[in-house]
Amino acid sequence: MRHIIAVLLENEAGALSRVVGLFSQRNFNIETLTVAPTEDPTLSRLTVTTSGSDRVIEQITKQLNKLIEVVKLVDLTEGEHIEREMMLIKLKATGQHRDEVKRTVDIFRGQIVDVTSSIYTVQLTGDQDKLSAFISAIGEAYVLETVRTGVSGIARGDKILSI
Amino acid sequence: MEMLSGAEMVIRSLQDQKIEYIYGYPGGSVLHIYDALAQQDQVKHILVRHEQAATHMADAYARASGKPGVVLVTSGPGATNAVTGIATAFMDSIPMVVLCGQVPSTLIGEDAFQETDMMGVSRPVVKHNFAIKHPSEIPSTIKKAFYIASSGRPGPVVIDIPKDMTTPTDKFEYNYPESVSLRSYSPATRGHSGQIKKAVELMLNARRPVILVGGGTVGGRASAEATELARTLNFPVTTTLMGLGGFPASDPQWLGWPGMHGTYEANTALHHSDLILSIGARFDDRVTNATEKFCPTAKIIHIDIDPSSISKTIAVDVPIVGPAKSVLLEMLALLAKSDKDIDADALTDWWSQINEWRKRHGGRYELNDANGLLKPQEVIEALYEITKGDAYICSDVGQHQMFAAQYYKFDKPNRWINSGGLGTMGFGFPAAMGVKLHYPDAEVVCVTGEGSFQMNLQELSTCSQYDIPVKIVCLNNQSLGMVRQWQDMNYESRHSQSYMKSLPDFHKLTSAYGHKAITVKTKEQLMPALEEAFALKDELVFLDIHIDPTEHVYPMLVPKASMRDMWLSKTERT
Repeated sequence: MRHIIAVLLENEAGALSRVVGLFSQRNFNIETLTVAPTEDPTLSRLTVTTSGSDRVIEQITKQLNKLIEVVKLVDLTEGEHIEREMMLIKLKATGQHRDEVKRTVDIFRGQIVDVTSSIYTVQLTGDQDKLSAFISAIGEAYVLETVRTGVSGIARGDKILSI
Repeated sequence: MEMLSGAEMVIRSLQDQKIEYIYGYPGGSVLHIYDALAQQDQVKHILVRHEQAATHMADAYARASGKPGVVLVTSGPGATNAVTGIATAFMDSIPMVVLCGQVPSTLIGEDAFQETDMMGVSRPVVKHNFAIKHPSEIPSTIKKAFYIASSGRPGPVVIDIPKDMTTPTDKFEYNYPESVSLRSYSPATRGHSGQIKKAVELMLNARRPVILVGGGTVGGRASAEATELARTLNFPVTTTLMGLGGFPASDPQWLGWPGMHGTYEANTALHHSDLILSIGARFDDRVTNATEKFCPTAKIIHIDIDPSSISKTIAVDVPIVGPAKSVLLEMLALLAKSDKDIDADALTDWWSQINEWRKRHGGRYELNDANGLLKPQEVIEALYEITKGDAYICSDVGQHQMFAAQYYKFDKPNRWINSGGLGTMGFGFPAAMGVKLHYPDAEVVCVTGEGSFQMNLQELSTCSQYDIPVKIVCLNNQSLGMVRQWQDMNYESRHSQSYMKSLPDFHKLTSAYGHKAITVKTKEQLMPALEEAFALKDELVFLDIHIDPTEHVYPMLVPKASMRDMWLSKTERT
């Protein structure tokens, strides 16, 4: 099963490499990884999506917790949560297809953020499924380039991950 | 406030940490530190002949004393040579602080002379590592390193020190902190009372229990508590390879050790048990055999300081995260005030069954009456006799390690010193040196083979320089015995590269360094040679003991099977 693990990490050089190293060292799998400093400049927040059996996920969270620079973590998929990913995507937009691309972007509530006579660059936000659904709706033949940020997540309600 | 250079701070911090010995090797990046070292005599430095040996010396000192060992090496090859020893300590949870030089911070990343990314290289084999970014960080970083290395589940910590952090003319305020705390690191100090209570209830109701004493009992200094608990409950005890001495081997409740070359009775009792109480044993693959067939009827209580060791390979029923000592004390207190009496007769059937199993193999081996070749087992038994079972036995890795662990009966913890997790050949000799240096009055023996010994024999020179009179018992079978055994069993005796064709003359070799060697080829020579060697209190003596090269270690678990499936000899299987 797919899990989204949010980690508060000391914002220090090398801390990220410990997390990434742990996953390869112990044969855990990383699907996406995002990291950025938080409002507290001493802390980074990292979100990793991974998959595995319950035993593997238990090991992942335990091994992450064991890293000295990991301050706190939560498996967001254990409760209600919000998941978002952003994608920038360059699409072929020529001839009669140009209008169709625009309509599809509107349906998915994306924004065209850059235009040339033959290309739309689209910004789209949502969960992973939505972004993937958009690509199949457009048709892979029209996709010139994509960049996805990887998943960020936060718990719903009054649950807070902080120190 | 005192003003010191970074180099002086390194040495002063070690003084303030009450470090007596460090082990190392100088080089360009640590010259400032070595200069500061030379200007004091409180911290003594042992100059090894290869950095790997420095790490094993520090590691073995830590294993014997429980206090962290300290290593000082230069950047690049100095640091990478230390990696095997760091990994050895990491696998066996041994506290160690390794100070590594690094090229000046201005050159990092430019492929400077003797530059290696030691933070990256060491990361998978350390508990933590630090890079010094400013000289004023040195004291607090060293304090943190000792704290992390020796608390919780112990392990090695590396500090990477760029040369410009130690410049003699750049002075900063020195202040060695009394204590440190880290918001992201707080190891458990006691177990969960509810879990402990649940565990005690299971223990009182068990009919076929076994206590599994692991390295965490020895490292956690909880042997006395584990022993008291076992005796209170009259439970059979098995100690893992890392846990030897954690429960006295001479006690009738001891079954020997479990796993690949464990005893028939320990493996069989575990397989049929209804309750396993693991005290700091991590159910590694050399113990469990096939995990899906492991002890099908047992409920498992697992005490461990490291939550990630619990349910990693074997799912457990009652996990208890905490230091072995405090958890066991709490269990003993609960038992003392329990209204349910310990039923003395409850285990009668179990014990009589175990005593039957004891007769099945019983550590037997066949003597070579015909050709007179010594058997490794009888050598270890003779060693046990001559040292009255009270020596520090520092083993290398291979058949001799298994024979030493099987036939030397450890009654005290911290006396059996071996590379259990990483299986590092070359560990034993420097390990013995590290122990002997700190315990000069104790008998310290390196049990080795001619293969392992040659991986760190350069340290004969260090022993001459510092007068370290260890005794080296080399079980010489002219081959890499454990490799050969597997080749015999699995590769139709094709001895691919496991034969040592041109061994040195160990007499000439050791005498070149000023030491003594004695060769033993027959049973008649064995005891007199041991007596002679151990009578020479102030000399390093190398005992080159020729043994039967065809001998195998038994019992041996049958691969991919359960704990009760063993080879008991070359021809006999359970």
